[in-house]
Amino acid sequence: MIKTPIYLDYSATTPVDPRVAEVMIPYLTEKFGNPASRSHEFGWEAEKAVEQAREQVAALVNADPKEIIWTSGATESNNLAIKGAAHFYKAKGKHLVTMMTEHKAVIDTMRHLESEGYEVTYLKPEPSGLVDIEKFKAALRPDTILASVMLVNNEIGVIQDIAALGEICRAQGIIFHVDAAQATGKVAIDLAKLKVDLMSFSAHKTYGPKGIGALYVQRKPRVRLEAQMHGGGHERGLRSGTLATHQIAGMGEAFRIAREEMAAENERVRSLRDRLYKGLSQIEEVHVNGDMEQRVPHNLNISFNFVEGESLIMAIRDLAVSSGSACTSASLEPSYVLRALGRSDELAHSSIRFTIGRFTTEEEIDYAIELLKNKIGRLREMSPLWDMFKEGVDLSTVKWASH
Amino acid sequence: MSYSTKVLDHYENPRNVGTFGKEDEGVATGMVGAPACGDVMKLQIKVNKDGVIEDAKFKTYGCGSAIASSSLVTEWVKGKTLDEALTIKNTQIAEELALPPVKIHCSVLAEDAIKAAVADYKARHGEMQGEMVETAACKG
Ligand SMILES: Cc1ncc(COP(=O)(O)O)c(C=O)c1O
Ligand code: FES
Repeated sequence: MIKTPIYLDYSATTPVDPRVAEVMIPYLTEKFGNPASRSHEFGWEAEKAVEQAREQVAALVNADPKEIIWTSGATESNNLAIKGAAHFYKAKGKHLVTMMTEHKAVIDTMRHLESEGYEVTYLKPEPSGLVDIEKFKAALRPDTILASVMLVNNEIGVIQDIAALGEICRAQGIIFHVDAAQATGKVAIDLAKLKVDLMSFSAHKTYGPKGIGALYVQRKPRVRLEAQMHGGGHERGLRSGTLATHQIAGMGEAFRIAREEMAAENERVRSLRDRLYKGLSQIEEVHVNGDMEQRVPHNLNISFNFVEGESLIMAIRDLAVSSGSACTSASLEPSYVLRALGRSDELAHSSIRFTIGRFTTEEEIDYAIELLKNKIGRLREMSPLWDMFKEGVDLSTVKWASH
Repeated sequence: MSYSTKVLDHYENPRNVGTFGKEDEGVATGMVGAPACGDVMKLQIKVNKDGVIEDAKFKTYGCGSAIASSSLVTEWVKGKTLDEALTIKNTQIAEELALPPVKIHCSVLAEDAIKAAVADYKARHGEMQGEMVETAACKG
């Protein structure tokens, strides 16, 4: 018997790998010292763990450990990077560029800067979810100080061409920030080659603990930031606060495992994802959201036309997945990411994000396919839109009652 | 989002899902909502010679609460006259299904579906004075 619910929401968060948990535990109990304590063995021991983890995180992305700053997660890293650089370089200009499909931690940070008098351009992606390089170039101005584009999108899993965008920014002296929260362990990142000035990481998307992340701050050429958290001057004054040794050790171990295992793991995950896609393709009127080639192997975002996402999630309670549908949030808005791709409202309301990971099995995928085939059929039987579709009515031509 | 047992019951075992035949006597249809809002509700009533709703059917595209609200409404309108059916209020639906505040609009939609179906019946039978039925607000 298969154990339910089956977790297919690895982009929301991942379980901590048992190997990671094991590394963390001693730093809660016997090795509890404050890494900033310079006067005794407890402190030295904790500091050693912190510095080892810094090396492990740096190694995954081919950076210098000195370029890694600990934060509480990618949200804080994004805030520190964007606000920190915008404030520091405001004399140079007050224009920033990002995309409509960024994570809220970037979008809302940008919105905040707008309230401080900065100007932000939010680029619309192509229907594939990818940014058009020419449109990106065209958005840059002499007063642009920073551009922020995510490496892997959290909803549709598409991979942006960070290398090309970085070259463009560097040539124009614009700071380039990349949110890589969803990318670690999924795509190879070589910061020695990439022209990226700032990059955000999170542990809990890569089998590490929640509440810990890092920001890469390039040293050559040097990027300056205004600190957002003031206090004891930790992390070269960029982020004060006693370091969470156990969390940091966990992130280090998680990133070490990612580096060593990602090649094999991605192949396994890809074959599961393709199996899922193949199974679901047998259902009529399914549409993949986002480019299928330039995409991380563990993501499948699909719209089941004429079935509302929240009712579908309710029907498949044996699967832990997420929906871009309106009604899962109090705001009753369909996913802003799918809207930005130009998806119709019906399709945006009908989307499900499946994200597969380290502990997903083939049996679980097969179970998911069968369940979905069943439930989609049942919900379509109940859907007036399905009837209209079957009768050949073009829904876009229907005049819906006063709305 | 966790659902009340009543919502789950209607969702798992929806009452009166379906469509009446196009030629059936005394059938009227109310369709409210819009795909852009994530909800479309179609309610059909079958009215006998005495002006009593003797049967009802629904089809709904929408969340679980919207499906449950429409299922419940098909049960409630049966045996009622048109005017009695119009007294069903969304607050009663929301209360019966224990809908949380963010789901109130699903019950509003069900009330509107009744109004729309009754208006359609009256229009077909010459009782309609060109009065328009307001449907649930969607800011989508
Ligand atoms: C792309 C992206 N950026 C930022 C975050 C936020 O990361 P954290 O939970 O570490 O603050 C997430 C996770 O939700 C994400 O997917
Ligand atoms: S139909 Fe949208 S929340 Fe119920």
